[in-house]
Amino acid sequence: MIDVRNIYKTFTQPHEVKALVDVSTKIEPGEVIVVCGPSGSGKSTYLRCLNRLETADSGQIIIDGIDVLDPKTNINQLRAEVGMVFQSFNLFPHKTVFNNIMLAQQVVRKRSKQKAQDKTMELLEKVGITDKSEVFPDNLSGGQQQRVAIARALAMDPKVMLFDEPTSALDPEMIGEVLDVMKTLAREGMTMVVVSHEMGFAREVADRVIFMDKGAVVEVGTPEHFFTHPTHERTKLFLSQIF
Amino acid sequence: MLKKSQNRRQFNRPTAYYIWVGVFFLFLSILIGSFYYASQKIEYIWRWNRLPIYFVYKDDIEITSEIDGEVEAIVVKEKEATITIKGMGGSESYQVPAGSIGVEESDLIMPGDTLAVYQKWKPGLLIIGLWFTLKLSVIATIFGIIIGIIGGLSRVSSNPALKWFTIAYIELIRGSPLMVQILIWYFVLGTLINDLLATYGFGRLSAFWYGVASLSCFAGAYVTEIVRAGIQSIHRTQTEAARSLGMSYSQAMLHIILPQAMRRILPPLAGQFISLIKDSSLLGIIAIRELTKAAREAVTASLQPFEIYLAAAALYLVLTFTLSMYVQRLEKKMAIV
Repeated sequence: MIDVRNIYKTFTQPHEVKALVDVSTKIEPGEVIVVCGPSGSGKSTYLRCLNRLETADSGQIIIDGIDVLDPKTNINQLRAEVGMVFQSFNLFPHKTVFNNIMLAQQVVRKRSKQKAQDKTMELLEKVGITDKSEVFPDNLSGGQQQRVAIARALAMDPKVMLFDEPTSALDPEMIGEVLDVMKTLAREGMTMVVVSHEMGFAREVADRVIFMDKGAVVEVGTPEHFFTHPTHERTKLFLSQIF
Repeated sequence: MLKKSQNRRQFNRPTAYYIWVGVFFLFLSILIGSFYYASQKIEYIWRWNRLPIYFVYKDDIEITSEIDGEVEAIVVKEKEATITIKGMGGSESYQVPAGSIGVEESDLIMPGDTLAVYQKWKPGLLIIGLWFTLKLSVIATIFGIIIGIIGGLSRVSSNPALKWFTIAYIELIRGSPLMVQILIWYFVLGTLINDLLATYGFGRLSAFWYGVASLSCFAGAYVTEIVRAGIQSIHRTQTEAARSLGMSYSQAMLHIILPQAMRRILPPLAGQFISLIKDSSLLGIIAIRELTKAAREAVTASLQPFEIYLAAAALYLVLTFTLSMYVQRLEKKMAIV
């Protein structure tokens, strides 16, 4: 589904940082991957490279047979197939919850109003916010906002969902409600790449865990392997720090 | 009202608050009083009663005959009357209001004889000027907004042609006085454009349109900067969110960035267009009879500069205050509830 081969990414502004160094991953359809690692390890950059919010300097990224880095690729078409959920939600503050989910369906997918409305209602039900559909995002709690953001991404019927630290900006009591929605998605067979420190989530639903440090993939394995017999020193240190 | 009471609470004693309110009105009356006193000292005779004719006045309208002959018939139909004059070479009819007829049937009429006299309300100089100022400002505002949005989008574009052209435009306009720009528009560009138009068989553009062009170009440069600041004030993450859903750059601009930016730039935009209304007062220099020029003409005719200039200032205030009220209402309407 997602085939990443030897990508490199170096930021030059404000000073040179090697964000990704020779990263290769292979993700199968329906897999749930949790990417973790200390801050500055390049995990967010890796995720943002997948839908070309950042352009990798070299290497190859193939998603569902489409070459992401090929300049001839219609990037908008590709992004519609790859949903993304951000740490800070990034809902559109000038549109109601309902219209946040409606907009891209009509503009990008060119769905009829009726079809888009049906889809929106269905998704609001799925993420459990039917009663807030006419409210503006600023009047919602963080957990509710993030669930709307997930619904907004799902409205495009993506083949892959990317989550960039979806629970990091949330108050502790709201993390559960967002993770529940993500677990439902995982059970439904959605291919998911989740950058997160939620080890409970990783243990419960991840098929594989990728550990990154200093821009490189250090260790890849099943949660079982990752949490009980990590092989690398760096992984052990990281796990000892967060538990 | 809430604000007022909050202000009042800042004072320990409520009486102190009202004393300061009193001080305000006292100073205001002293200011007006001394102005009046000074005007008395130079023996200026205030004649406010002469002012109304510069707003509206009754004009005598004479209907005169163009041929010589005899009044053949006067047919009165409700408020209209038709006077028919039969001459050697044929007959002519004149439509006049019923009560104004000054001739009778079978009167002999020479060319130029008065058939009827009636009075009609006409707009005075100041109202004509106000109308021109309003027309100039509205048209220039519309063009200013169009230029500003296109300019703002070009300014944030990564295309060097668009970006540099916009920067050059902004610097050029902001770096020279509006008065000079107006003169260039009328005497330089105006001559060139009108000559070109004449070459290709089109009519001339009037001074009015060069006035509109100079004002819109001038305001457009400032609006461009305001729009740019508005677009840049919307956080990059909004673009990312829109683009990650598969929207193109222009879709993201249209649906996500510009609507949010517009709300934010409304207050500075209002200030810019209030300036534009006031700047239109310079257009008298290219013989557009806007409010200031009309006021100057009225002063020449009446020799009452105090009343007329004060009235002109009040009329400008009516325009600018209406605009600023309208924008405030718009802001409230656009605010996210």
